[in-house]
Amino acid sequence: MTQYVVLSAILFTIGCVGVLTRRNAIVVFMCVELMLNASNLAFVAFAKQHGNLDGQITAFFVMVVAAAEVVIGLAIIMTIFRTRRSASVDDASLLKY
Amino acid sequence: MTEFVKPSIDYFELWPLLVVFGVACLGVVVEAFAPRRLRYVAQVGLALTGLVVALVGVVLVARDVTTYEDGAARGILAVGGTIAVDGPSLFIWGLVLALAIGGVLLFAERHLDGGVSAFAGQAAAVPGTDAETAALVANREHTEVYPLMMFAVFGMMLFPAANDLLTMFVGLEVLSLPLYLLSGLARRRRLLSQEAALKYFLLGAFSSGFFLYGAALLYGYAGSLDFAAINEAVRNDVGSPALLLIGTGLLSVGLLFKVGAVPFQAWTPDVYQGAPTPVTAFMAAGTKVAAFGAIMRLFYVALGADRWSWQPMLWIVAILSMFVGAALAITQSDIKRLLAYSSVAHTGFILTGVLGLQASDQLAIGEITSLQAVLFYLTTYGFATIGAFAVVSLVRDAGGETTAIDRWAGLGKESPVVAAVFAFFLLAMAGIPLTSGFVGKLAVFSVALAAGAWPVVVAAVIASIIAAFLYIRVIKVMYFDEPVGDGPSVAYPSVLTATTIAVGAAVTLVLGIVPGPVLDLAAVAGEFIR
Repeated sequence: MTQYVVLSAILFTIGCVGVLTRRNAIVVFMCVELMLNASNLAFVAFAKQHGNLDGQITAFFVMVVAAAEVVIGLAIIMTIFRTRRSASVDDASLLKY
Repeated sequence: MTEFVKPSIDYFELWPLLVVFGVACLGVVVEAFAPRRLRYVAQVGLALTGLVVALVGVVLVARDVTTYEDGAARGILAVGGTIAVDGPSLFIWGLVLALAIGGVLLFAERHLDGGVSAFAGQAAAVPGTDAETAALVANREHTEVYPLMMFAVFGMMLFPAANDLLTMFVGLEVLSLPLYLLSGLARRRRLLSQEAALKYFLLGAFSSGFFLYGAALLYGYAGSLDFAAINEAVRNDVGSPALLLIGTGLLSVGLLFKVGAVPFQAWTPDVYQGAPTPVTAFMAAGTKVAAFGAIMRLFYVALGADRWSWQPMLWIVAILSMFVGAALAITQSDIKRLLAYSSVAHTGFILTGVLGLQASDQLAIGEITSLQAVLFYLTTYGFATIGAFAVVSLVRDAGGETTAIDRWAGLGKESPVVAAVFAFFLLAMAGIPLTSGFVGKLAVFSVALAAGAWPVVVAAVIASIIAAFLYIRVIKVMYFDEPVGDGPSVAYPSVLTATTIAVGAAVTLVLGIVPGPVLDLAAVAGEFIR
């Protein structure tokens, strides 16, 4: 069981580091999705360990929420891209200080 | 494997929640089928009716709730224990609904900008193209903002009432997703608005990733997502303490991001500045109320037995929020950013209240619980904020709203009433006596002192003094500085914005002079169901 939890922690860390270091909004968003999926893996692994279904059901809910998040996120990134012809998070820097 | 038990849905108690959700869905249908010229009236009418009906529902439910299993709390656990309809939930529901009514009125304002709302004519049209010009000429506007807002209100009601981590996560997302979109819909300065939406979305999704992984670890620790079961597990010390500690930390990242506490405040000024001002007003007030409700429920109900491990963290976050918020607010030259940093400082003050005593049986006579103090502070803060941002939307020049502070010079001569009302809101945020802010600060500081968190209170008093300086600086600019060029002009609002400002100012004044009834109401709200 521990292996799965360790794997989920590794995936979560990869996602987290990706969000902090990548510059393309789409890739940043993919890294966020990786973090959500790492959580799903942890939920399912813990559900198996505890022998109840709560974690597995949670994984389904998380998938639905993640799908909704994709819709909203891609809409926002698309709008920005059409305006600026760039999806880089460094270019969006009008708001500061 | 446990048997599946069909949950009983307590329709009467959940009535306010269901009305708001139903109206949001109905709004989507109206948007799809009603002709364009009818939509504005239909959507505004639908949203206002829904919110008022839900508010009446909250009052009826609040009159009706009974003591839960002979404990200290009143209320019920609905839908198989996932939603707690208890006193604090109902108080927060009422507050969120009242603020949302103000939000709808601000959204519907069309007088300020020549007969159109503050939202983009057509969000899909790229700024500076023929498509955008065509949408502007045709006087188009997005009436989708009302259903989006109603979904956000639903999330704000679900979030603090959630009694397990899954429902809390769903509430968090339902609250956030519409707000990401609403931030990007400004009519003017659309690049700023879109950038605000992108930043809010990416950082918000990042933080909800933390929240979710924290929830997974806490589930791994306790074997259940239910708050009562987690509390039981913490008391009996069943699992690995590392899981509990890391899980608590990650959950706090997600929640503290939503309230904009340091070090998770980076999005606050950008989003507050870039979003359309009505959205900023609604979001600043509503999100903070809902998220603090959720923070208190999670920390008091699920992790109350583990308070010695999370209290030091909240001490540090509270002190940092107050000082960083107040110090950075002083350096701002934009009024919306200034209010954003001031909201970061207020987050610190409210966290000071969260650190107070928890149970009513530990109190001496005349003391109040931290829950009451925080609920009262949230009431004062919510109304002052929505009123202040409504005033910001009135001060305009040819390019739309004038948010640069030095352009506000001479506002006292240009429009004494608007300047006086704004000065009053600023004094309330500074915590001057005879305003609601003073009573709110007094309440949170006294509960923190009673709990022995005196270093935080000392820091809070010093931060209040720094913050008072910055509010008084804005008042000085409005009244005593010579106007630059033509000076600011004040647009005459319709009755909608005027009502919101008047109600905000009235609540701020009344709560400063006679805080008793609302404090009593918070006391009647009682405790969380544990």
